[in-house]
Amino acid sequence: MAKKKFVVGCFDNEEVLFPAVKKVRTAGYKIRDVYTPFPVHGLDHALGLRETSLHTAGFIYGITGTATALGGISWILTYDWPLNIGGKPHFALPAWIPITFELTVLFAAVGMVYTFCYLCQLAPFVKKHHFHPRATDDLFVMVIECTDKTNVEDLKGFLSSNGAIEVNEQIAEEGWWWGRYDKDDEKTLEKEIVAA
Amino acid sequence: MHLKYESQLREPLVNGRKTYHDVTEEIIRPIEAKPGKLWYVGFYIAVALLLFGVYSVYRDVTYGIGQWNLNKTVGWGWDITNFVWWVGIGHAGTLISAILLLFRQGWRTGVNRAAEAMTIFAVMCAGQFPIFHMGRVWLAFFIMPYPNTRGPVWVNFNSPLLWDVFAISTYFTVSVLFWYSGLIPDMATVRDRAKTKLRKLLYGIAAFGWTGSTKHWQRIESLSLVLAGLATPLVLSVHTIVSTDFATSVIPGWHTTIFPPYFVAGAVFSGFAMTQSLLLVVRKVYHLEDYITIGHIEAMNKIIVLTGSIVGVAYLTELFMGWYSQSKYEGYTFWYSRANLFSPYGWSYWGMMTCNVLTPQIFWLRKARRNLFITFFISVLVNVGMWFERFVIIVTSIYRDYLPSSWSVYYSPTIWEIGFYLGTFGLFFTCFFLFSKYAPVIAVHEIKYVLKTTGESYKNEMGALEREPVEEFAHEYAH
Repeated sequence: MAKKKFVVGCFDNEEVLFPAVKKVRTAGYKIRDVYTPFPVHGLDHALGLRETSLHTAGFIYGITGTATALGGISWILTYDWPLNIGGKPHFALPAWIPITFELTVLFAAVGMVYTFCYLCQLAPFVKKHHFHPRATDDLFVMVIECTDKTNVEDLKGFLSSNGAIEVNEQIAEEGWWWGRYDKDDEKTLEKEIVAA
Repeated sequence: MHLKYESQLREPLVNGRKTYHDVTEEIIRPIEAKPGKLWYVGFYIAVALLLFGVYSVYRDVTYGIGQWNLNKTVGWGWDITNFVWWVGIGHAGTLISAILLLFRQGWRTGVNRAAEAMTIFAVMCAGQFPIFHMGRVWLAFFIMPYPNTRGPVWVNFNSPLLWDVFAISTYFTVSVLFWYSGLIPDMATVRDRAKTKLRKLLYGIAAFGWTGSTKHWQRIESLSLVLAGLATPLVLSVHTIVSTDFATSVIPGWHTTIFPPYFVAGAVFSGFAMTQSLLLVVRKVYHLEDYITIGHIEAMNKIIVLTGSIVGVAYLTELFMGWYSQSKYEGYTFWYSRANLFSPYGWSYWGMMTCNVLTPQIFWLRKARRNLFITFFISVLVNVGMWFERFVIIVTSIYRDYLPSSWSVYYSPTIWEIGFYLGTFGLFFTCFFLFSKYAPVIAVHEIKYVLKTTGESYKNEMGALEREPVEEFAHEYAH
């Protein structure tokens, strides 16, 4: 995949981050992502990300579970193995509610977690480029994608003046990918740290 | 710009003057340090118990469940008692992480991780009992419905025992998913701090390549909200279904309609008690007093006194119905086999009443709720009491059948039944010791999330906001 140049600005306070995000976006820069140590509410809207539709997927998995349970049990107890239990009806819907419910929950939960991992490309052994090791600790790391027209020095100064405590430039592969972390990349990674 | 505001009247959930980095540092330090002597002592005791349990189970599998003292009427003894007891304990984790998430209770953040881990380990322990109670454990897979060459013979979907199979396995799966999806970001935090190659590798695997991207946070928040929404009815359904194992039968003492709510309240009750016992130790050993505060303990004690009283009302309702129904058998079970202290198992009933209903009433006093020794003592008593409750329900209902000729001899467990129970303690604590050593016992990112709202030092600054004119505040707060 194509390598791209990114300008990375690190903030240590979310109250500084929000106005900075706004300004960077108004200035016309493209924010690739902001890496935060915890969910910062409202940041997704500030970045212009659309709502996730993961819950819709969850609903679909859920009704798949309901249908599987009801269909399966009906077929088994009325057609494939119609067992006479004390002369009670074969189609004993009330008695099937617990299992139907459990399978609904099971399908929805398992399906959603897999979808979540798929969408975020999370799995054991997946390695990704980390722009700053403290992004999982206490820094809010804003990553801006550079184009040919971007004046990197200007952008760095712009970030510093908006409260970034650490600004640097990194080259990383654009987009996420499965399984491979470029060892060579790490060697050629240009990383110069400019104190704010 | 104020992103967060919370009234100063609320007790802070994080004590001391902390930055985000301090939170990471203090919660993750125990994982990076060598465990203390006490950890090793505890761990080896747990492993020893586990090995004794494995040997007891080995005997059970080799010689059959004749190794146990079950007899012609007491077909369910310690094994099912322990099963219900462990499943009940599991309920607090889901209650804290799911129901309190839906109710937006901030204090759950300090305790949910450990409580969820406790849930998973408790359900693992619970599962052993019905499986080995089957006797021919190598045929245990017969309980799963699948097309087979035996007819095909299907399982009976109308039976509460099969509902149990589905309920417990779903509960276990969903709990693991819920717990682990919350653990991923924290594993990434540990990974990014790791110094040695091995730690980098192992925590790198465990962290699934988490980066902390805003989009990922948005998705994980949606995921945990929906999982919480699913887990809430799930946790209620699990113990409801366990209660129907009894309530759908026609045995006096089991055949009652109040069982589902009564069992669920009891499960939450015992689960919170176990959470208390564990967390009081964890916060002391790992110096997490700033994160698991007296306020957290008090909040849990309030739930204990509430659910304990619900259970108390259920006991009294049962006694009342035993008389009011004018059914000879109901009356005999409730008023002779249970409430009569001098009947063979009267001691267990009164043990239950004392531990579950009487002693927790001390938590009406604020001073008692905020006292660590009293809390620990009561939490252990509650778990003893809840074990008695399950024993009372099971054994006192069946040790005397309808005809005196089929009354059984006094049921008491053999050493292998006790060994099996001790073994599950070993399993539980082995897992818990490993968990507390290798994973953050407190959800680091969730604490950071509430830090600036509920942290002690940040709260003091809320006063300035409270003095602001309303319009200005409302304008700012509404973005």
